[in-house]
Amino acid sequence: MRQEIEEAARGRSGREFWRSLEELADTEKFRTFLHREFPALNAPEADPAMLDPTGRRNFMKLMSASLAMAGLTACTRQPKEYIVPYVKKPEGMVPGKPAYYATSMTLGGVAQGLLVRSNEGRPTKIEGHPDHPGTMGGTDVFAQASVLSLYDPDRSQSVTYLGDFRTWGDFVTAFRSALDGQKPRQGAGFRILTETSTSPTLAAQMQKVMAEFPQAKWHVYEPATRDGAREGARLAFGEPVHAVYQLDKASVLLSLDADFLTNGPGAVRYARDFVARRRLTGGAKEMNRLYVVESTLSTTGAKADHRLPLKASDVLSFARAVAAGCGVDAGAPGPLSAEAKKMAEAVARDLKANPGQGLVLAGEHQPAAVHAIANAINAAVGAIGSTVILTDPIEVQPVDQAQSLAELVRDMNAERVDLLLILGGNPVYNAPVFKDEKSGKALTFLDAMQKVGLRVHLGLYVDETAEHCQWHVAEAHYLESWSDARTHDGTACIIQPLIEPLYRGKSAHELLAVVGNEPGIPPYDLVRNYWKGQLGESFEQTWRQAVHDGFVASTARAPKAVALRSDWAATLPSSPAKSGQEIVFRLDPSVYDGRFANNSWLQELPKPISKVTWDNYAIVSARTAASIGLSPNDEPYHANAKMVRLVHEGRELSMPAWVQPGHPDDSVTVYLGYGRTRAGSVGTRLGFNTYTLRSASAPFIATTGVRFEVGEGNYQLASTQEHFSISTSDIKSDFMIPGEDLEARHIVRTASLADYQHDPHEALHHGAHKPGKELTVFTPWKYEGYAWGMAIDMNACVGCNACVVACQSENNIAVVGKDLVTKGRIMHWLRIDTYFKGGAVNPEVFFQPMMCQHCENAPCEVVCPVNATVHDAEGLNVQVYNRCVGTRYCSNNCPYKVRRFNYLLYGDWDTPSLKNVRNPEVTIRSRGVMEKCTFCSQRIMAGKIEAEKQNRKVKDGEIQTACQTACPTEAIIFGDLNDPESRVAKLKLEPRNYDVLADLNTRPRASYLAAIRNTNAELGNGHGNSHDGHAGGAKNHG
Amino acid sequence: MATQEARRTMAEATDKKAYVDPRPPVIGPGYDFNSLTNKIADIVLMRRFQKGWVFGFGIAFLGALLLFNTIAYLVLKGVGIWGNSVPVGWAFDIINFVWWIGIGHAGTLISAILLLLRQSWRNSINRFAEAMTLFAVACAGLFPALHTGRPWLDYWLFPYPNTMGMWPNFRSPLMWDVFAVSTYATVSALFWFIGLIPDFATMRDTAKQKWQRSIFGILSMGWRGDARHWHRYETAYLLLAGLSTPLVLSVHSIVSYDFAVGIIPGWHATIFPPYFVAGAIYAGFAMVLTIGIPVRKFYHLEDFITLRHIRNMAKIMLATGLIVGYGYLMELFFAWYSGNTYEQFMMKNRMYGPYGYMYWLLILCNILVPQLLWIKKFRENLFVVFLVSMFINVGMWLERFVIIVMSLNRDFLPSSWRMYTPTVFDFSMFFGTIGFFLTLMFLFIRFVPMIPIFEMKALLPQSKVQESKEDEKAKGSEPLGGALPQFGD
Repeated sequence: MRQEIEEAARGRSGREFWRSLEELADTEKFRTFLHREFPALNAPEADPAMLDPTGRRNFMKLMSASLAMAGLTACTRQPKEYIVPYVKKPEGMVPGKPAYYATSMTLGGVAQGLLVRSNEGRPTKIEGHPDHPGTMGGTDVFAQASVLSLYDPDRSQSVTYLGDFRTWGDFVTAFRSALDGQKPRQGAGFRILTETSTSPTLAAQMQKVMAEFPQAKWHVYEPATRDGAREGARLAFGEPVHAVYQLDKASVLLSLDADFLTNGPGAVRYARDFVARRRLTGGAKEMNRLYVVESTLSTTGAKADHRLPLKASDVLSFARAVAAGCGVDAGAPGPLSAEAKKMAEAVARDLKANPGQGLVLAGEHQPAAVHAIANAINAAVGAIGSTVILTDPIEVQPVDQAQSLAELVRDMNAERVDLLLILGGNPVYNAPVFKDEKSGKALTFLDAMQKVGLRVHLGLYVDETAEHCQWHVAEAHYLESWSDARTHDGTACIIQPLIEPLYRGKSAHELLAVVGNEPGIPPYDLVRNYWKGQLGESFEQTWRQAVHDGFVASTARAPKAVALRSDWAATLPSSPAKSGQEIVFRLDPSVYDGRFANNSWLQELPKPISKVTWDNYAIVSARTAASIGLSPNDEPYHANAKMVRLVHEGRELSMPAWVQPGHPDDSVTVYLGYGRTRAGSVGTRLGFNTYTLRSASAPFIATTGVRFEVGEGNYQLASTQEHFSISTSDIKSDFMIPGEDLEARHIVRTASLADYQHDPHEALHHGAHKPGKELTVFTPWKYEGYAWGMAIDMNACVGCNACVVACQSENNIAVVGKDLVTKGRIMHWLRIDTYFKGGAVNPEVFFQPMMCQHCENAPCEVVCPVNATVHDAEGLNVQVYNRCVGTRYCSNNCPYKVRRFNYLLYGDWDTPSLKNVRNPEVTIRSRGVMEKCTFCSQRIMAGKIEAEKQNRKVKDGEIQTACQTACPTEAIIFGDLNDPESRVAKLKLEPRNYDVLADLNTRPRASYLAAIRNTNAELGNGHGNSHDGHAGGAKNHG
Repeated sequence: MATQEARRTMAEATDKKAYVDPRPPVIGPGYDFNSLTNKIADIVLMRRFQKGWVFGFGIAFLGALLLFNTIAYLVLKGVGIWGNSVPVGWAFDIINFVWWIGIGHAGTLISAILLLLRQSWRNSINRFAEAMTLFAVACAGLFPALHTGRPWLDYWLFPYPNTMGMWPNFRSPLMWDVFAVSTYATVSALFWFIGLIPDFATMRDTAKQKWQRSIFGILSMGWRGDARHWHRYETAYLLLAGLSTPLVLSVHSIVSYDFAVGIIPGWHATIFPPYFVAGAIYAGFAMVLTIGIPVRKFYHLEDFITLRHIRNMAKIMLATGLIVGYGYLMELFFAWYSGNTYEQFMMKNRMYGPYGYMYWLLILCNILVPQLLWIKKFRENLFVVFLVSMFINVGMWLERFVIIVMSLNRDFLPSSWRMYTPTVFDFSMFFGTIGFFLTLMFLFIRFVPMIPIFEMKALLPQSKVQESKEDEKAKGSEPLGGALPQFGD
């Protein structure tokens, strides 16, 4: 082959030479040659030696490659590229105008409906799908960030065998022959492992496979299992029914360690429905009430009207106490604190007082017993059929995943498996630790897997699992392939691709087609053919509509009439008598189970509440930290977290401790998903692998053989916000001056619902000062046309971070990395400030999204020496990047500190694939300029142009900022203040409306609606009030 | 002017024959025109380099090299090599700028204001102080020029007609800074050079080497000591002194506006202009003493820089130090009296916050230690004065740290509060400018007469005899009014 190239080259000269070589380089043949000869050029992750950027071997390989390819690399001329004008423009395609397509992303198997923006054929931005039953227009962080994963240059890019590049054809041949070997044994040695799936097409394909290999087994596993819920339903109702909550109908909610607002199926929809009952706008005076009993302080806990920190293992006792109060016999609760008992009684009374409007939700990682009790209480208070609807399961294989995986490991360990097909997932990394039945020793998934003859892995990355499988097939991203899935209520969604697979990845459907001996059918046909069989009459029309809408209308699961079994409580385990130390495993709020580890947007996303980026850590309460000798950090600002050594069943892990207000004592929460060894250039070797501590027997709450003690050394965590309470408290008292409080700043305004109903102004704004408009030396601006403004409802904000990632995606915001986050250089234009109120034991938590406030009297505008930040006729504070010389005076003078400076060249200007993810409407900022929120001026422009074309004014809601469209709860509303009928103008007249730092007379265009807590008078004001006695209403201060 | 003044003093002396100045003279005994010229000019004209000078220059030049390297890296990589962040957008860069500008104040003050106030004791230290001013302003100017994100576009800060149709923002104090500092630098340089012309001529005439003669010849711009030259020279010098005087007050007032115009608690204070000017003079004199005391020793200039000079400067430091102390006190008072929660928090944070030790160090250096100068014995003890001036140098730097970093790192929204940590490049830039400054000082000492020869001559009794005769002829045409009292004991 090389000779061919050289010969071809020798025969030509001058310009022709280069062109022909490149033409040559473009052929399939040449590419195969290149892959075989120089694997390093294309997929550095294929070879561990290549991971070390300074490795000598790496250097030598690249050197030899570049010498051989000198014809290509030494070329100083621009490469010859062909532009192809549209001879006939495709219909509906306007160059420069984005198109939107409906599709869905699955997480934990459950679909989240999306609209994806495509600029000239490149998907660039994920938007919510307003008509989708699973989201109602919101999104979560993972969906927002998924577009970056699509273009991730570290993604697996080909089929490999033992790390060498192969073609898809090679793979099919080899795989088919292995399957043929299984044929005579009816697939007895054949196992398929998938993640949770709700795809009807996949189910149909699996049926076919199972028919062909009746002895084969299909196992399902992923770390975020819903085994507890499934088993709890089986205990209560006799079958694993799936619960769909109707939160908009619920007036009293009890969360038993359930983070239902940001986690689990339907969270986006649930957040929307939950907040619908808390809006308090347009004269509404009533709210729902949320009680949260939880171990780890979650965003749901932060929204609670009453929250009780309770060890995860004690939640069962609490559930029993509530059940007893509701007249349900669920067994005797274990010992509970007086506070917990009081709360349980109050909750039970509240639930009983609101029949048919109460709802108890159990956390997915809580054991089956808690779910069973929650179901029983729901049945008792008339919730079933009203606030909770039970349906058939939405998963295609509703098995107990822990058991399913254990069974697979047992079979593999006994060498009963010859062929293992892993469709997605990364079990080598994220499976728990098993016990060898014979020897009693710890057994990892990898140990067992290596006893399998042939291992085939389909995955987006060459990850830990791919590393130990002979065959690896690059998977197609969901934006690249056809599939289908169900949303939380069972509605079937069609997943349509927006782009050809970038790296010729394959979907699970294509692999299963090979197993089913029908290779070569494109995935489009696989999905379409399935639905052809389902939709029957008038298929074409329905299909077109379904693909257009992103979901198949009226396919939601029908409610299922099931009754509580009479003996449901018989098999429940007894409550723990006295609980010792426990370790709680939770999915990471940013990288989930570790699958998003290589997504830098998510890595740099400050985790809700702790605001830590790029790491995981062990969360402990202040009291526990003190009791095990982790005295409160003596260094300011968590700069150096102390290490804590966690021991579970003899396995040890040292990780940095994070003292979290509101965490129960004697409990440690660790996030899963870090400590990856083969994640890619971003995610490898970040944080600590907590899967190594996790046992198959106790996947979420480990209580036996648990110990934690002070570890050695310190660890640098990169947090973007320091934690200060707005009231006097013991939170971070080391760094606050004793007796100092921040209430006089009136940053967060809050009141109880009762006080608010009584006198909103007195309750919220007492003591706050807002100077008159005339108090400025500059001539006030006049806004004749539009006057853009924003209102942010702190009662609605659940702190989920979707807006932060949406902003990053829309505005091409750079990622700076952990070191620079530590230095205070994070570039997010929008951040979510978290404030505590009350003591460290159980504080109230408030979220305040903070971005450029677009002040009418902007302090930044006055001080810029070169007029780079100026006021526009519509009230926007405009940053002119071209003009900015970077004095940073504007940032210094900004009271909200929302400006971000490019201290270094942060943007990745080189990686070709990452160029595609950028929004072409927004400039990439260079080094040395200031940037900040623009209220998405590119969207405002687009909206105005559209309106002007039709010779009308922009309609309210026509222009939506990126944060607004991403928000699951419509907490952010943008619009024209000059239009008295606009939503934002009306919100600004609400009694809850206030400006942050109004006393500075900056006249911000963004204002906030105060947070109201619907407290139960029986339990006193605010969160558990047994602590320091400082928690209370806003203090009066001039 | 100086000669004129001497003339006038003499005239006064002849009028009141009985009056004898009880204060020690500002020039040692036993000098005549020749020996004085030789003493000062020899330092410049000698052929070899003294070991001490070479050693000192070598060290200083290493510092300058450190600066050049840092600057190169800074321009290549960006200001991110420093520890600045959001919220602390300004840190060492602006601290150093204000510190150097402050130091640059003594020169003009000594040259211009003391000249107008006819403090003839200033004659021996003025050139030295002016050179210091010039070099300090050069160091200061580096920071605002290089602290921007895109230093190659700094010229946008100047109002010049351009095709972009853009004009700078005249509301911005940084804009005012550009004018204030550039004017100050220009006037200081002119003032310094004009004062040097007669001495360059002396050097030209004294020099033995041809190349020395030609260089000094060019620099002396054809000065022949003609009466008309003297007349024009003195008019120009007086005019420039008049021009510089308001500049002494304006430059640091405007620098203080960078902060006072801002909204940040700890910056937004009306007392800043006078308090900054006093601080600048304070810092300037401290630096004059820091450099002057060793130079006086090494070049045996005790006869020209006498104890009376040292004492006078110590007194000025004491006085301006008290003004600065008053400024600190007023900041406290304002915070309390305003009832403003942000101001009050800012003051508490300064004293008891995580950087509290910086504030107390500042009080020690700027307020407590200089009180030693109340005692006459200490004022005359060179070691004590030197030590105090070093404390003040450090203290004035700390003052800017307290004002700039400690106000920014905890302002309005606690969510943005963040500690600031400098990097190695912050230090290399700072120490680099010190090296650069000292390099220039060493070159100045070696190649330019550091003490104005002709002005010193005017202080000699010889000149007075002759001038008194001339003076009698010119009597009645005296341009200025009666004698002003001389400062000092």
